[in-house]
Amino acid sequence: MFRSHPRIVTAATASLLVVGLSACGGTTKDSASSSGGGSQASAAADPNAKIEEGLKIAYLPKQLNNPYSDVETSGGKVAVGELKGEYKLVGPNDASASSQVSYINTLIQQQQNVIVVAANDPNAVCPSLNQARQAGIKVVSFDSDASKDCRDAFINQATTQGIGESLTKMANELAGGEGEIAILSATPNATNQNAWIEVMKTELAKPENSKLKLVKTVYGNDDDQKSFQEAQGLLQSYPNLKVIVSPTTVGIAAASRYVSSSNYKGKVQITGLGLPNQMREYVKDATVKKFALWNPADIGYLAAYAGAALASGQITGAQGQKFTAGKLGEYTIGADGEIVLGPPTEFTAENIDQFNF
Amino acid sequence: MATVASPPHARQNPLAKTRELGIVIALAALVAYTTVSQPRFLSAQSIRDILLNTAILAVMAAGQAVVVITRNIDLSVGSVLGVSAFTVASMMSADPGLPMVVALVTGLVVGAVAGLLNGVLVRYGRVPALVVTLGTMYIFRGLIYSWAGGGQVNADELPTHFLQFANDSILGVPWLVLIALVVVGGVALLMRNYRLGRELYAMGSSPSAAELAGIKVARNLLTAFIVSGALAGLAGVLFASRFGTIDASAGNGYELNVVAAVVVGGVAVSGGSGTVWGAGLGALLLTVIGSALTVLDINQFWQQAIVGALIVLAICADRIVAVRIARSLRKRDSHV
Repeated sequence: MFRSHPRIVTAATASLLVVGLSACGGTTKDSASSSGGGSQASAAADPNAKIEEGLKIAYLPKQLNNPYSDVETSGGKVAVGELKGEYKLVGPNDASASSQVSYINTLIQQQQNVIVVAANDPNAVCPSLNQARQAGIKVVSFDSDASKDCRDAFINQATTQGIGESLTKMANELAGGEGEIAILSATPNATNQNAWIEVMKTELAKPENSKLKLVKTVYGNDDDQKSFQEAQGLLQSYPNLKVIVSPTTVGIAAASRYVSSSNYKGKVQITGLGLPNQMREYVKDATVKKFALWNPADIGYLAAYAGAALASGQITGAQGQKFTAGKLGEYTIGADGEIVLGPPTEFTAENIDQFNF
Repeated sequence: MATVASPPHARQNPLAKTRELGIVIALAALVAYTTVSQPRFLSAQSIRDILLNTAILAVMAAGQAVVVITRNIDLSVGSVLGVSAFTVASMMSADPGLPMVVALVTGLVVGAVAGLLNGVLVRYGRVPALVVTLGTMYIFRGLIYSWAGGGQVNADELPTHFLQFANDSILGVPWLVLIALVVVGGVALLMRNYRLGRELYAMGSSPSAAELAGIKVARNLLTAFIVSGALAGLAGVLFASRFGTIDASAGNGYELNVVAAVVVGGVAVSGGSGTVWGAGLGALLLTVIGSALTVLDINQFWQQAIVGALIVLAICADRIVAVRIARSLRKRDSHV
């Protein structure tokens, strides 16, 4: 998965969020019309504004019939239901750069309140999205960000920091607080992998992880055979190894498959980032106790709440504003309108059957 | 280049054995060195792992050797493996009750059809095999991508007996290893002792002479490609059973490993010489190198360079052996 869709966006360089227009349209309904609680001069955010009912929220994923996108938008559908809004799902059959433009134009004509979009190309969709915003439609991007001056907010599934912390935490738990761990990565030059590994190293330097020893990082090149060999090499070279952390879906599945069929089963733990469907077999046969990944359904869910908060004038997308997203709790908008979903979801034998992606 | 169709009969020509002997020596040296620095390299689990890792590559190398001996090449084997693995995995997940034999036969048939297509294009299209199979490599891969899309077949969708096949043993020998031994042994015997095999060597030594000598070149060539395709298809089933997760990229890039194993195993790319069991040994050597370099903690970036150096070395050795044989044949002729 990570080789075809690098989903982690590591942008977040400081630059000004251009808040397009002051909110027009009937935003604040009720009494409390006190001035917004931030230092936002131009944007009139009203933290006490009530979320409106009957909002038309449209989802435009990269393409339809992609299993991963389907899970994301299914979460959106649930959230729109909770918000008593109108849910709509449109999208192209191919994920090409320009294929989304005509859908955006149609959504503008249909006078949607919110467009939730996973941009196939950060720039190709920009003119259309800005037209939508001029027409008073709020634009929330998810999964794959649009250029930041043509959307109001971006739902980031996870930060590099969050993933690195989560991986270290799981390794620590599985090792029982001390012992040797190793990393089975994808390729030696994979940007996201190396960024996560760097965070892990920083985390491992902290006192609470001081008894964990990272003995080696190996690279399975996201190839099954190579990942097998690397896992075998680790287990031979480090007889006391307690945990193999593999932050790549190919690596974690290969390592689990190997360990489940060898006499190392039960002696060494596997964890990392994986897809529940891919890992179900190994969780059920007790090779893997826990692994993590962001929950795609939560991304769509959070996007709906963010969109509704924007359309109701509760937030404008400026840094520091807060809103509540149903079961997920309270969120604070970060720099550049980024909203981080939170730490990845951990999958265990207890909860894995609730997920299908 | 290789004008000598060297029959691998040791008694006839002891020098012909040199190629395989070289691999055996290299293997022994590598294993000895690695074991000294990490004794667990020769543990039962480790040997089992290495043999299992070799099995799939060796099956494909046996088929590739047959094609290379006819002075052709089959670059589509990685994609054929992918097609076969995805077909069989989808079939088994749709109908978990199917016995393993059905999976194996399906893989063989899917591969054979792909091989037949290659053979027909090479023979009747009169296009060099390098170009044809490069084309079909992309075509087959494209087929899987359009069929599988972003989807994959996961271990929990496959029946237990299918996954267990990769781990089960009979008399202590894993099924995968047994299949690889039977394939390499069977094809080696066919090439060495049977008329078809000798004709294939003759075709590789001199295609025009073979045609003039009345060898049914077309039929034999199709057979060679069908064997290579079918074995790649079989390898696909083994792949699916062993790794349990099959997506559209299964076997991507394997064709080059297979060609490397064949060349390192002493089969001349120019056709007409080399043995199938040499190719099998080549597969074993490459796998042991992969495992040994991992255990010896040698930098990732070096591993490919070492394999590359080995290929160059094998070709040089091949050339030296060919020159020696030619010389010894000339000498023998002069004494007659």
